[in-house]
Amino acid sequence: MMNRDINGEGRKFNRGEEEEEEDEDEESGRGRDAWERTYADERSWESLQEDESGLLRPIDNKALHHAQYRRRLRTATTAGIQKGLIRYLYIVIDLSRAAGEMDYKPSRMVVVARQVEAFIREFFDQNPLSQIGLVTLKDGVAQCLTDLGGSPESHIKALMGKLECSGDSSLQNGLDLVHDLLNQIPSYGHREVLILYSALSTCDPGDIMETIQKCKSAKIRCSIIGLSAELYICKYLCQETGGLYSVALDEPHLKELVLEHAPPPPAIAEFAIANLIKMGFPQRAAEGVISICSCHKEAKFGGGYTCPRCKARVCELPTECRICGLTLVSSPHLARSYHHLFPITPFDDVSPSITNIPHKLPKSCFGCQQSLLNPGNLPGPWVACPKCKQHFCLDCDIYIHESLHNCPGCESFKQSNSVTNMEV
Amino acid sequence: MSPPVPSKILTDDVSLLMVLIDSNPHFWSSIKPHFSFSKFLSHVLAFLNSILLLNQLNQVVVIATGINSCGYVFDSSSGSVSQRAESLLPKLEEFAENDESLSERDDDSGNGVGSSLLSGSLSMALCYIQRVFRSGPLHPQPRIICLHGSPDGPGQYVAIMNSIFSAQRSMVPIDSCVIGIQHSAFLQQASYITGGVYLKPQQLDGLFQYLATVFATDLHSRNFLQLPKPVGVDFRASSIFGQAQTRDPSASQQRK
Repeated sequence: MMNRDINGEGRKFNRGEEEEEEDEDEESGRGRDAWERTYADERSWESLQEDESGLLRPIDNKALHHAQYRRRLRTATTAGIQKGLIRYLYIVIDLSRAAGEMDYKPSRMVVVARQVEAFIREFFDQNPLSQIGLVTLKDGVAQCLTDLGGSPESHIKALMGKLECSGDSSLQNGLDLVHDLLNQIPSYGHREVLILYSALSTCDPGDIMETIQKCKSAKIRCSIIGLSAELYICKYLCQETGGLYSVALDEPHLKELVLEHAPPPPAIAEFAIANLIKMGFPQRAAEGVISICSCHKEAKFGGGYTCPRCKARVCELPTECRICGLTLVSSPHLARSYHHLFPITPFDDVSPSITNIPHKLPKSCFGCQQSLLNPGNLPGPWVACPKCKQHFCLDCDIYIHESLHNCPGCESFKQSNSVTNMEV
Repeated sequence: MSPPVPSKILTDDVSLLMVLIDSNPHFWSSIKPHFSFSKFLSHVLAFLNSILLLNQLNQVVVIATGINSCGYVFDSSSGSVSQRAESLLPKLEEFAENDESLSERDDDSGNGVGSSLLSGSLSMALCYIQRVFRSGPLHPQPRIICLHGSPDGPGQYVAIMNSIFSAQRSMVPIDSCVIGIQHSAFLQQASYITGGVYLKPQQLDGLFQYLATVFATDLHSRNFLQLPKPVGVDFRASSIFGQAQTRDPSASQQRK
């Protein structure tokens, strides 16, 4: 155990080295660094426990994890707010000198690329009808790395092949390029930009305020995630265009911030006009038929889909038919987005109080049959659905709201009016 | 739950099988002369016992899908000794009585065979599987098999699609064995999207043989077997407002 005196003397000799460490926190009144406090004050080893066979039990973060998830759920938008489901998103990645900094291991650029890869997969999972394009900022210019497209693999491959950083980053050039590219998309699509900015400055050829106004009038929603510090120009851009500006503290926080942009954002009222959009639902082509596919321009055997309007063959869905321009999807792709339109209500916390009659409390979670009682017959915290009144454990609560999007209780009891829960 | 298992026993062919049994009384009475619920159960119980015999660590959980409710009726890992499948019969009887009593007096049973609550039992099965995933790095490979016969309820389309996508993300295959006359479009999509097997047996008297040859093998061994492939998957879009499925599978208009 560290004694305060020994601590103080040790530091006198090491003062020189310690001042070079940027991460040390020296604001504590008692003269201790943050890393020293975790040993002396917080005593993290005491929260370890052993189970009956002497093996270490993992630290019970359940309640903490659940509280975090509840906070996230509360800040997320609820039903009744219109969302843009057909999104055209450009990811602008800063590959300037600042991206080579090694405060994120191995370097900012590699960490950002990793998070972008995970984001692209999650994005297409939640928004199958949307498209992504990649833009890089390097040597003071902005270059389009990949065009808007719906296939995650091609974007990821292109990104991983181009990881070099140099020069300055120019926010204005990036915005100008994205603005020109997004002007070509149809009006029912939602235009978005996500900028991952590592630099602390921007080298612009002209007036960036003009560019920001141009983006605002083109209805482009710009969001920025900073990796170094907060910049006024980034904050101003996001405020003007209605996006989100956040600065990452470390890699897990960066992951959280990036994945926050995967679910569709709320649509701005005057910009979102409801239109009817024509879409095709192709049939799978018969096995054993040889035809020339319109995407690769080569003869293919069997498989594939035929466009219902012009009968051209395409290899995969969702895509746009190259011959007649019809958007081709299959019904599961649309169905993936339904949970954004019909979210389930958050569950209420149930606190076991003395007034609750003990034998009326449910013994196990309705979803997974796990016992709701802690060892020792004391009830732990759990939640209940406000509609069907069934009780669930905390883990089921998180799974139901983040992944399943169905309440097992509501689905397992017949509604008297089957249209009730479908009203929009 | 059960005591921790040493890693060399938990080989890659241990499975957790979630069985969803359709207990819709209207459906079972409608196919009365050809097949009956009791004959069906005798095939299924033999199948479940054979799964438990294939590997001592295999686990079987049965959820009954009724018309007004869904509930767990059997869990082979509960209790100190691994139970035989027959012990599900009293609980299933209790469930069926309860389910029937929940029907309203003057309900629209004159409309023919209603649909059973497949979305509810799928959701419950997925929650149970998540619990198994949380139990540690060593766990059996889960899969779901639906023994279903009732017609598809269009009102459940969104909920079933949500369950299917969640199963796909967790890499849990949904197998389907459809009893009766009609194919089930929902289950065809479920098996296609999650990588499971869809089968509609021709001879119901030999149901046990179909179950044992097609659905009994664990996920690892399936790589070496030639199992029934989907002939054509019915991907018709279903209206999200709960009415009938769209007639024309070609170009249709969709509101943003």
